[in-house]
Amino acid sequence: MLGSFAVLRKQSLLGDAISHAALPGIAIAFLLTGTKDSNILLLGALGSGLIGTFWIRGIINKTHLKSDTALGLILSIFFGFGMLLLTFIQKQPNANQAGLDKYLFGQAATLVESDVWLMALITGLCLLVLVLFWKEFKILLFDKDYANTLGFNTKTIDILITSFIVLAIVLGLQTVGVVLMSAMLLAPAAAARQWTNKLGTMVFLAAIFGAFSGVFGTAISATQNNLSTGPVIVIVASVFVMFSFIFSPNRGLLFRQIRFIKNRRDLELHKTLAFMYHIAKSHENISHPHTIKILNDFQGYTKSTLKKLVDKNYVTLQGNMWSLTTEGFDTAANLYNQQLKKDE
Amino acid sequence: MQKIAVQVDDLTVAYNYKPVLWDIDLEIPEGVLMAIVGPNGAGKSTLIKSILGILKPIAGSISIYGKPYEKQRSLVAYVPQKGSVDWDFPTTALDVVMMGTYGSLGWVKRPGQKEKKAALEALEQVGMLPFKNRQISQLSGGQQQRIFLARALVQDASIYFMDEPFQGVDATTEIAIINILKALRKANKTVVVVHHDLQTVPEYFDWVTFLNVKKIATGPVKDIFNDDNLTKTYGINYKVSIQK
Repeated sequence: MLGSFAVLRKQSLLGDAISHAALPGIAIAFLLTGTKDSNILLLGALGSGLIGTFWIRGIINKTHLKSDTALGLILSIFFGFGMLLLTFIQKQPNANQAGLDKYLFGQAATLVESDVWLMALITGLCLLVLVLFWKEFKILLFDKDYANTLGFNTKTIDILITSFIVLAIVLGLQTVGVVLMSAMLLAPAAAARQWTNKLGTMVFLAAIFGAFSGVFGTAISATQNNLSTGPVIVIVASVFVMFSFIFSPNRGLLFRQIRFIKNRRDLELHKTLAFMYHIAKSHENISHPHTIKILNDFQGYTKSTLKKLVDKNYVTLQGNMWSLTTEGFDTAANLYNQQLKKDE
Repeated sequence: MQKIAVQVDDLTVAYNYKPVLWDIDLEIPEGVLMAIVGPNGAGKSTLIKSILGILKPIAGSISIYGKPYEKQRSLVAYVPQKGSVDWDFPTTALDVVMMGTYGSLGWVKRPGQKEKKAALEALEQVGMLPFKNRQISQLSGGQQQRIFLARALVQDASIYFMDEPFQGVDATTEIAIINILKALRKANKTVVVVHHDLQTVPEYFDWVTFLNVKKIATGPVKDIFNDDNLTKTYGINYKVSIQK
């Protein structure tokens, strides 16, 4: 859901950076408290995720580095630091240590009821904020400078969106894990973008795709032993993306190709008809028969186009002679005018 | 004496160390249709953006009808450069024009029937009503520019700032746009346009500002639009054949 905004802001990698940045937070929270209570660990993740995000913003605003450089930098620094802390923890004589690495790839099985309630609560909160500030989010994404001149504090809106993205990511960490979380954020949004040209529909679809991949992924991994849930969810989500790329009616590859071929066929047909028209025009009787051989001089002529013209009753065939019908003649005469009208 | 719509005092703006605008003093009288001309990098867009508070100046102050800009936002509308946004954004023409009403709505409140009606009227004004439900990426460059203009019209402001509204539009659209601008002037609105085509300045505008980091000259087109000022602004010996 919130992924839609990340995709439209062209900050797709932000999710990746944030989820990696959350790792040291988890480790530090463990070191400080010594518990494995997921709420406390996620609080740590939230903290370091936010710090990472605002550092990224700082780097982009204060230096000349491009945003992808800033993202990459923060991602690797935080992740490296997080791994360092994890190995340090593993060397400690604390029996509690095992299990922290579940945050790397996620482990849905470790979720308990309270976690689910927390997730539901945050999701509800996200929805509420989304509905309330829908207008503000939209205008910030589309045209930030303009939003500024209308008197909106774009920084506030920006921070609001970013914070909620961070929140969503941190929540997903337990299920999908640091490494794959960004896919969970982006895949549903990317898939949804293929199906619609409306922001509202896109966000709604993304939410549905996300939910479905969650449910399907969990179901698939539950039927099989030794199949961890997180990666399966991500794979299901990417199947959605693949499917959308190929089959969506407007932007999809398949339909675009079909439309392309169809248009080209239509044009070939029209050009052949126009060519015939020019020949027929020079005779007084428009249905004067001509040999098919003339058509061979014309590029784009094929037997199938001729057959189609016959099917449409534009042309009649007699042996290897063809002649235009009145209908065909009129259509051809109008063809050029129609084309002109369309261009206007 | 005409009222002063926009007053700029000692405005200096810099990216890093290089000043883009240097000590600009500028008064724009109410009800003029003004072109800002100057070579690339002269700070034309920067001037507009600084007046609108999008860029932070190093020094200087802006006032709109005698009060600071922040208090007068509702009087000012902005038409950004067409290239400044992502036209593949999932939204329709009508939706973009509706954004013009967001400012008067304020936070959280949503646009209703009244706002929709205003947006439809603005679309009609720019001749884009048949395209209201078109996805914006499927509009031509000229149509996109008209949508931006309609969005500013919806704001029903007193002062309009436009950043190169004629960039990449065909002759028909250019005439359509200039007619709207002239109608605005007739209604005693002030219109400030960053403009590139020097040939059309005398025909379209009645007021002009020459800008090249510093302000070279500002005033009525018929008094100051001459070879002398053009040469000072563009640095080369510029000669225009102006049909007066």
